[in-house]
Amino acid sequence: MLKIQNLSVYYGDREVLKNIGLEVKSGEVVALIGPNGAGKSTLIRAVSGVIPIRRGQIRVNGTDLTTLAPIQRARHISVVPQAVSLPPAFTVWETVLLGRTPYLNFLGQTSSRDEELTRRSLEQVDVLHLAESRMNEISGGEQQRVLLARALAQDTPILIMDEPTAHLDLRHQLDLLKLISKQAREKNLTVMIALHDLNLASLFADRIAIIEGGQLCMAGSPKETLTTEILRSVYKVPVHVIQHPESHVPLILPGLGD
Amino acid sequence: MFTCLPVYIHPMRRAPHLSSFLFLLLAIVLSIAIGSVFISPVEMWASLTGNGQEITDSILWKIRLPRTVLVALTGAALGISGASYQGLFRNPLADPYLIGVASGAGLGAVIAMSIQWPYSFWGLMAIPLAAFAMGLLTVLVVYAIARIGHTVPTTNLILAGVAISSFATSLTSFLMLRSSDEVRRALGWLLGGSIQAGWLSVLAVLPFLTVGIAVLLVSGHALNLLQFGDDQAQQLGLHVTRTRTIILVAASLVTAAAVSFSGIIGFIGLIVPHVIRLWLGADYRRLLPLSLIGGAVALLIADVLARVVLAPQEIPVGIITALAGAPFFLWVLRRSKNQGFW
Repeated sequence: MLKIQNLSVYYGDREVLKNIGLEVKSGEVVALIGPNGAGKSTLIRAVSGVIPIRRGQIRVNGTDLTTLAPIQRARHISVVPQAVSLPPAFTVWETVLLGRTPYLNFLGQTSSRDEELTRRSLEQVDVLHLAESRMNEISGGEQQRVLLARALAQDTPILIMDEPTAHLDLRHQLDLLKLISKQAREKNLTVMIALHDLNLASLFADRIAIIEGGQLCMAGSPKETLTTEILRSVYKVPVHVIQHPESHVPLILPGLGD
Repeated sequence: MFTCLPVYIHPMRRAPHLSSFLFLLLAIVLSIAIGSVFISPVEMWASLTGNGQEITDSILWKIRLPRTVLVALTGAALGISGASYQGLFRNPLADPYLIGVASGAGLGAVIAMSIQWPYSFWGLMAIPLAAFAMGLLTVLVVYAIARIGHTVPTTNLILAGVAISSFATSLTSFLMLRSSDEVRRALGWLLGGSIQAGWLSVLAVLPFLTVGIAVLLVSGHALNLLQFGDDQAQQLGLHVTRTRTIILVAASLVTAAAVSFSGIIGFIGLIVPHVIRLWLGADYRRLLPLSLIGGAVALLIADVLARVVLAPQEIPVGIITALAGAPFFLWVLRRSKNQGFW
């Protein structure tokens, strides 16, 4: 379980995250949504320890992460970044094996157990056949799956993703999110995903957290959060909300204005 | 290592360390053998085991061997520091020469030389120390100027390197003109001729190289992580700022030590890691030790060429490395633009 309490982050004198409080349970998928520059990526970077926080606590199953060294923190939280500007000369295998870093000595020597976990992660995201390919020889969708495999090899209770579907086509978006929900249920992972696509968030998230201006506006089920009034006030555009014909979750259509 | 299909692996790829050691041995033998007096491997063996003629003994122990050792150490230092800078800056064109560290270290060394320490072990130690201080300062300035966020674009890096490099070189020339009695020594040194070869120089350079190279040799995994950017490296468990600082200091220490007694020799740190990367891939755990050995091999061969091209006259080894390195640099520049292979 991930528990964020009173989290504040500053860039210089500017408060970019204000008193964020959010709880994500084990096995739950929470989508972070909100306009550009609202603070979604900042929240992910703060929680994963890349930028310092001014106030607050980040707890994983009771342990406060803010006091931990990077190597210990990396045993609790893994992050799937967007698949952009990856070093092309690394093979898929080498890339995913780096997920075992938090358990290796300073020389980075891997054991047969590390290799077994790497192989299993590659299998789970269905890229085992690409193990010997170099990162610049595979497609964007495959690269994104490789980064997910690396996070799975990191073997952490918390999995955080920053716009993992941003550069994927429709099929790859659906495949990736299905894969993530499946992993979350099977391994009882705590998953937090920043998403721009509100309909994907509605379809795949158990709960949705809306961030605006560095603050958490509200968190709740898709039905509670994705309403015409709330979206209109957050995104400042007219929207229509209808029901998904199969799953009955809200679907969002942009309006043309009054 | 996992493999999907049984593939043929060339023996040189399967045992890269063994084959590179063989190359090194060959280069060392060549470097000892070739010069104004040819020493055959048989005579070499006789002298090394204490059964040689007096004249051969004297040439071998007092002239050839210290030079071979110093050249090998310098090449090794340039090879591994080049690979380390490339990894730190995530840029295939980072080279101790091109990013200005070598010129900065050269300035430091000339400053130390113009103070005219006595020719003793401790007097000689002041040269690499001053070179280290100025080299580190140079790399920090170049990095501060060239970086945009966490990345260092090629053009910025090279331009900042050229500018700072010219500045340091001008100061070096100015200092050399002022202390006229030191000109000959410093000029020969600056041209990169490995002229100051002697066991004392080897001894003075060794502590710096040992420490620096030891640190770099265990940094392979960290450099692998840094290739994915600082954010991902940290999220995978690396203490990024601390690691970066340690590697930067170690690489600069190694460069400065190399520059102190062999002068500014360009392109070894660029060519060697690059060839190895093409040969064996991007894994820094292999790239670093092989750049170390490869750098020694490359500079030993360049040094032999420098002795034979205009024999009996010797030319500075920096001329040879630049003649081979500059076209290579342009080729890499074109390649990295076109393919983003790095």
